[in-house]
Parts: sequence; C-alpha cells; structure tokens
Amino acid sequence: MVNRVITGAHYGFSSWLAQRVTACAMAVYTVVFLTLLIVVRPGDYATWHGMFVPVWMRLATLLFWLSLCYHAWVGVRDIIMDYIKPTAARLVAHGLVIFALLGLAAWSVQILWRA
Amino acid sequence: MADNNSRPKRYAPWYNVSPGNLPLPGLVSIFHRISGLGLFMMLWLLLWLFDSSMASAEGYDWARSVLGGGFVKLLMTGLLWAFMHHFCAGIRFLLLDMHVGIELAQARRSSGVVFVVSLLLTLILGAMLVW
Repeated sequence: MVNRVITGAHYGFSSWLAQRVTACAMAVYTVVFLTLLIVVRPGDYATWHGMFVPVWMRLATLLFWLSLCYHAWVGVRDIIMDYIKPTAARLVAHGLVIFALLGLAAWSVQILWRA
Repeated sequence: MADNNSRPKRYAPWYNVSPGNLPLPGLVSIFHRISGLGLFMMLWLLLWLFDSSMASAEGYDWARSVLGGGFVKLLMTGLLWAFMHHFCAGIRFLLLDMHVGIELAQARRSSGVVFVVSLLLTLILGAMLVW
C-alpha cells in the first residue's frame, strides 16, 4: 500500500500567513492615508491628485491595492469553501473571484500611472 | 439488521450558532466575515470613484456629486463601518494569534472593545469625511 499524504497540516499555512502579512501592510497604509486626508483636507482636484504624485505614495497605494486583492482572495476563498459545496459551482465562483480581483489589481495600476 | 439497535447511541453535541445566540466574540467573528464580503463586493464602486476622481477635474467633480447623494452617503457610512469593524476585529485576531488576550474574560472584553471602537471611529470619520 502506498502511503501518500495529500491533505493535512500546513496545507494552508502560506495563505494564512499571506493574509496576515497583507493585513499588516494595509493597516499601516490606512493610518497613513487617513492622517494625510485629515491633514491635507483635499477639497479640489489639484490637491487630491497632488496627493498621489509622489512616487512613494503611488507605490504605497499600489501595494495597498495588491495586498487587498490577495487578502480578499484568501478570505473570499474561505467563504466559498464554507458555503458552496457542489464542485462545479465552487470552481465557477473561484474563477469569477480570481478574474474580478486580477481586473481590480490591473485597474488600480492604470489609475495610479495614467500620468 | 438488529446490530444498529443494540449499539449504544452517541449523539454529537449540538450548538445553536445562529447570530442571535452567539456570545460577543462570536458576533465579532461572523461580522468580520460579513464585513469582509461586503467590502469585497463594493470594491468596484470604490475603485470606479477613485478612477474618476483621479482622471480629471470634471471626473473629480462628478465623483464628489455622486458622493454627495443621500443614498450614497448611507452606503459609504455602511462601508466605513464595515471597514472599521474589519480593521479592529483584524487587529484583535492578530493579537489572539500571538496568544495575547486568549483568556475567556479578556477575549469577551476585547470583543466588546472592537464593537465600541469601530462604531466610534465610524461616527468620527463619517462626520469628518462622509457627511
């Protein structure tokens, strides 16, 4: 008899860890962004757009959105695995979520680097 | 055939986990999930408004006028609450992961703190940024 282990401990560890690392990154960005909003109080287009001109702010915002997409993937996948049991429906749901999140990630790049 | 009847019966314990019957930490947990899903479902709207507001001065004005509508303000307040709850509950879960506050009394207290702090943050930031 072949003793193969295809399930068990550590199977989801990387996802679990990624969800927490992305959470910390987003938490830091949230505090910085809210502080900026309250200090700068952007009331017109020039000020608002100007907030995202420095490269560090664009990169930080992009990392926030990418973290969010990865974080949401792990979370929504957990929800799908908990509530959608039929394999076909689950695969379709996974696929839709992946494409939606990839689309959102690409869109955020386009918004930030439109010039 | 009679084997099933002669065997001693063991029942699995049954827990009522409907939201109305959950202790506070359970409510934090299920609302963490609901708020996360709600935020995910509304990402497209947030990114759409961000896109428009960054594209041009006209787009910025359009996004502001959308955000000025009563229904959108309610929606944004709901999303702000969802975000703040997800944020505070997430920090609590990270602390629990590091075995901080895992005693029952502490865990119950911190779950109450999550609800109170996230509601306060929603009120303050909502008043400053949404309304």
